[in-house]
Amino acid sequence: MPSPELRNNLVVSSGPHIEIDDHIVRRMWATFFALLPAGIAGIYIFGINAFNIICVSVISALVTEWIFQKIRGKKVTILDGSAIITGLLLGYNLSSGVPLWIAAVGSFFSIAIGKQIFGGLGFNIFNPALVGRAFLMASWPKYMTAWVNPRWQVDAITSATPLGIIKEKLNYPLPSYWDLFIGNRGGCIGEICVAALLLGGIYLLIKRYISWQIPVSFILTLGIFSWVFPGSGLLKGDFLFSILAGGAILGAFFMATDYVTAPLTKKGKIIFGTGCGLLTFVIRRWGGYPEGVSYAILMMNAATPLIDRFSRPKKYGWKKAKAKQ
Amino acid sequence: MVRLAEHKELTENKAIQNAKLTVKVYIPLVQHFGRPCDKILVKPNDLVKTGQMIATSESGLFSPVHASASGKVSVITDWLHPVLGRAKAVIIESDGRDEKNYNEPAARKEIDAYSAEKIREIIFNAGIVGMGGAGFPTHIKLKPSKPVDTFILNGAECEPYLTTDHRLMVEHANEIIEGAKIVLKVLGIDNCIVAIEDNKPEAVEIFKKHLPAGFKLKILKTYYPQGGEKQLIKEILNKEVPSGGLPFDIGVVVQNVATVFAIYEAVDKNKPLYERVVSVTGSCIENPGNFLVRIGTTVRDLIQECGGFKKEPAKVVFGGPMMGIAQFSLDVPVIKTTSGIVFFSKEELVVREDRVCCRCARCIDVCPARIMPAIITMAAEKERWDIAKDYDALDCIECGLCSYICPAKRDLVHLIKYAKSRIKK
Repeated sequence: MPSPELRNNLVVSSGPHIEIDDHIVRRMWATFFALLPAGIAGIYIFGINAFNIICVSVISALVTEWIFQKIRGKKVTILDGSAIITGLLLGYNLSSGVPLWIAAVGSFFSIAIGKQIFGGLGFNIFNPALVGRAFLMASWPKYMTAWVNPRWQVDAITSATPLGIIKEKLNYPLPSYWDLFIGNRGGCIGEICVAALLLGGIYLLIKRYISWQIPVSFILTLGIFSWVFPGSGLLKGDFLFSILAGGAILGAFFMATDYVTAPLTKKGKIIFGTGCGLLTFVIRRWGGYPEGVSYAILMMNAATPLIDRFSRPKKYGWKKAKAKQ
Repeated sequence: MVRLAEHKELTENKAIQNAKLTVKVYIPLVQHFGRPCDKILVKPNDLVKTGQMIATSESGLFSPVHASASGKVSVITDWLHPVLGRAKAVIIESDGRDEKNYNEPAARKEIDAYSAEKIREIIFNAGIVGMGGAGFPTHIKLKPSKPVDTFILNGAECEPYLTTDHRLMVEHANEIIEGAKIVLKVLGIDNCIVAIEDNKPEAVEIFKKHLPAGFKLKILKTYYPQGGEKQLIKEILNKEVPSGGLPFDIGVVVQNVATVFAIYEAVDKNKPLYERVVSVTGSCIENPGNFLVRIGTTVRDLIQECGGFKKEPAKVVFGGPMMGIAQFSLDVPVIKTTSGIVFFSKEELVVREDRVCCRCARCIDVCPARIMPAIITMAAEKERWDIAKDYDALDCIECGLCSYICPAKRDLVHLIKYAKSRIKK
């Protein structure tokens, strides 16, 4: 009987036998680099405190991730870029006036409660950085709303965000569109320089690492509702001010687009972005906070499984199959 | 719906060469979609001629197989099979004379006098199956149970690396068109659409020149997996085959150009399907090319035609790199559905990683069946076959784009195939 020669030096695996030149870790680091301009702008505007807060936040995120992965007996993947982005985003969502321990505790909470207890990357329901921020906001509101002006302004110690000025009807001058665009105003470290955020956001869009549906629907919905329904009258609101003044740009490009916590389909992403914009508007108009972006995204995160369920694409050959039944 | 790196430049300008006859051929008794041929017409030490039918069956879905060399039947035994792993095969020792058991007619035949039934019988006796990869017996496919109005001649060849359909179209356009006319006659219709992707301009030009009346040429923008029947129909007619249905449900029959060429040879030249064109390619091969290869020729013998290896191959794939099957031996024979053999070096190996899905949704964006691979595979990992079924795992066409595109390097199509087998249980 003839018998074939079997070769154990041939690799046998299921197809496909070619792959795209793309990697999730590369995407994470691209997001990290896309976030850097906004951070650098924040540090330039608020000074060394901002730098310290961001560093503490990132280090705390990495250490927490490491500890939890060790405890859970999982492979340590702190360099996959995911924890660094969470730390960075949490730091960006803080005022440069907060004590450093706030940043450390916030990042710990983000990673531990926002991500690891759900099972780690891919399984968390809420955006971890926003979970951390919501926790800090609920626990230490005084620190979280102690705003600082850009370091070159005379009254640099206490201030208010532009949206806060409107909400509380404070007697401060409102910044111009240009100031809002370049970040010459009070606010969180990473949210104020819209120019730098757009630079990173557009880079991610061009690389197609994020899809346009969420940022565009988010920003348009927020702007349009703010324009149509100002406090009184109709169509008298300020479209540009509403999207430039708060954290909408940071949220729309970098937090609402988080793969894990956003819907899967294009249709779902538009529903999600629209919901984020609408909720942000509702919170700002009628809620207790002048800002609404983080809570809007968190609430829409909770709706993601539902959106996924109702935005399933119609499979190939679907219509005919229905007609046959 | 993705444009892939094609690597067709390795062989697209290499004319089809006849591969040398080998000492032995290993002819599996199943080379088609359906039951193996269980009625073996030869026994060891029998003398056979090239083209002689050596196995058939009494009933069921099957297609007979033929000797691809003249010589002596050495043994009938289990041998390697490129799709099934192992299957029963007839091993023939060639006498090198290549005596045929059929005669090529001197003049062109008057096919018009043939009835559709007669032509189908010729196609059946010639052992013709879908040569694009699926291997569905052609005589059955040409007897649709519902009326059809359109015949699509599939020259898309969307798999990277493969150039056999391309070379056939360039070198045998007239024969393919004659074959298509035969198909139209069998189907009793006169509407033929020739579909070619725009990455094959040479084939497009030749078909433009030779296109007879009643034929339409459709030049398609290249993308994968356009060569799949369902995708091709959607692209050309903007119709969708019903879920779970077949193309004739919407009045369409699709045949690949290699199959139609084989139909022409069978009907016009009396020639059974015992050889086919195979692209032997990849960076490891000294002289990649397109070869007319006898069914049953092993990879080991075929490599000699290509001047051997430039580099030690780490993976040998039968078919294209997207849907092809990796082999564990060089003694695997070419069968009727082998459109190409691609050799990959160690550096080109795909590394799959044990990562969780991070829900980037790239797989959903590209899926031509418009199902949700991310959700199906997450369900499969939890052995939730009910969810996998609910999310239409059975509609997967197994094109492999999801695995190709996944930035987390998850083995998506493999998991979906597994889920499908569990759902069907």
